Amino acid sequence: MSVISDSGVRAPSPPFTDEHEDLRATVRRWVESEIVPEQDTWERRREFPRELFDRAAELGFLGLKYPERLGGQGGDAVHDAVWAEELAAAGACGGVGAGLGAHTGIATPPIFSFGTAEQHERFLRPAIAGERIAALGITEPGAGSDVASIRTTAKRVDGGWLVNGSKTFITNGVRADFLVCAVRTRPEGGHAGISFLILERGMEGYEVSRKLEKLGWHSSDTGELAFTDVHVPEENLLGAENEGFKLIMANFQWERLLMALGAVGAMDWCLRRSVAYALERRAFGRAIGSFQAIRHKIAEMATKLEAGRAMSYAALRLLDSGQDALREVTAAKLFTQRAAVETADEAVQIHGGYGYMREYEVERVLRDARLGPIGGGTDEVMKEILGRGFGL
Amino acid sequence: MKICCLVKEVPDAAVQKRIDPETKRLDRSGENTLNQFDTHGIEAAMQIREGGVVDVEEIVAVTMGPGSAQRALHKAVALGADRSVHLSDDVLAGSDVCATGYALAKVLEGESPDLVLLGQQSDDGECYTIGAVVADHLRMPSLTQVIKMDVADGKLTCERQAEYGYDTVEVRLPAVISVGDAINEPRYPSLKAIMGAKKKPLDTKAAGEVGIESGKVGEAGSRTQVLAINPPPEKEPGEIIEDEDTNETVEKIVAWLEERKLI
Repeated sequence: MSVISDSGVRAPSPPFTDEHEDLRATVRRWVESEIVPEQDTWERRREFPRELFDRAAELGFLGLKYPERLGGQGGDAVHDAVWAEELAAAGACGGVGAGLGAHTGIATPPIFSFGTAEQHERFLRPAIAGERIAALGITEPGAGSDVASIRTTAKRVDGGWLVNGSKTFITNGVRADFLVCAVRTRPEGGHAGISFLILERGMEGYEVSRKLEKLGWHSSDTGELAFTDVHVPEENLLGAENEGFKLIMANFQWERLLMALGAVGAMDWCLRRSVAYALERRAFGRAIGSFQAIRHKIAEMATKLEAGRAMSYAALRLLDSGQDALREVTAAKLFTQRAAVETADEAVQIHGGYGYMREYEVERVLRDARLGPIGGGTDEVMKEILGRGFGL
Repeated sequence: MKICCLVKEVPDAAVQKRIDPETKRLDRSGENTLNQFDTHGIEAAMQIREGGVVDVEEIVAVTMGPGSAQRALHKAVALGADRSVHLSDDVLAGSDVCATGYALAKVLEGESPDLVLLGQQSDDGECYTIGAVVADHLRMPSLTQVIKMDVADGKLTCERQAEYGYDTVEVRLPAVISVGDAINEPRYPSLKAIMGAKKKPLDTKAAGEVGIESGKVGEAGSRTQVLAINPPPEKEPGEIIEDEDTNETVEKIVAWLEERKLI
């Protein structure tokens, strides 16, 4: 849905159809009526309620792209893309988007793609139903963008593995019922010895060591986890042993595209909010939007939004048609995350003193946006991927 | 029990509404959607079905409009209707409220519903009258602006929003009820329901198929005629009293109110 428009709402453009727009309207209504009025309280409490997962599940949002046989809605990746974009566009805070998004967008997809039928029943079905909350555990205190250097180890023992190590910056980490966790199953190091195990809350030695305080995303729980001789049974191995890097890479493209779409949604929100304020707020006897300085800021924001949207939708079209979209997704992620920070910053500037105050919300969007150029692979890593893609 | 829900395709709320000066009709280009008020009628039907007091065999969404109106029917089905009927014919273009009510009544005659539900107004025309016109043609009792409804023993007990408070009215079925938006909170259509909507039966009917006499519909068959369209007079700017000295400001406000005999 485009905000710069001379005739109101536009017809959907590919890959979106009327059905996607109807889903968008459903997400928007839910966010506006059940999330936006409550989220400031959640931000202050540093947690949105557990029941939000139940409600999202009840409305089908946790299983949009999963088949009906597992309790899903039978949709596809494009439906999930609508969900990611519209959560932000309708004004859900980054914390809510992160918590729900980590569950639907990064932690459950590997189980669907790489899990066995038995794992689908044990983990995916209850995750779609909102009964079990999922988290993805890759980052460690000593290994972020440098995924190959993770040090959490899983040693073969009778009937499974013994896991030792720690994970940090894990979204949903504090209350996750299970963790899709990257571990080293070969001592040699590098990409080759990484596997994925599903660790479950309640396993002996599985401990939430800390809930982390953050610049933004206040209502999402971000945890640090410690594992001491956690015995993980054989049947919790996700995908093939020592082939976890493939899983990470498969997931990253989708995660980054969802982040790009979320940033597009946030920019859309910032622009609409700023235009409304610029029309309403008066200074020196006229609406501030009639000053060229403000009007040009709005023009710049709109341009970044449309560029980011075009890049993200183009990457989505490629991925949706089964084509490789590494360059397009990487570029979209790189561009949109920085653009969202700049756009949110301009929104704060247009709002002046009120922009710095909590009640006007734009300051929160700026804080939330700052994670974008860091999470899911930093800007610097995106540039390395793009640059090396040219054989440099 | 069979419930028919009348629905209408209207311009999306975000679209700037415009009247075509030549045809003197609403310009319906741009994005359209299902009239928000009608979603409350569908929800009311769903709540009767789920309430379990009576057995609701079928909920049918009915609309009159051009080809694009099918989208409104898909949305109605996504919200719970079992199937839909689309009355579409060039002879219907330009029908006023009376002609539209007559045409919809002809479709409903063929359906023989026990209850007809609709929103109390449309987002575009805002006439509030279509329910009463339809009821008149069907010789059924009609209530408007209903905000509570209980069904039992072939009758409805309704609360109707009145100027001061509520009227409680009992109506025998079959009846035509137009509902206010306070009656319920329409459910969220799930993705499964949205995707399944196009698979549900949609019956398109031409005017002749439901026995509509062409002389009674369209511009020629309408009893009202739009002669001219004028914008509403511009509001006079209000008087701004700057608060420099609060005592003086209060005096000015009190004087202003007294002058108009408001205090």
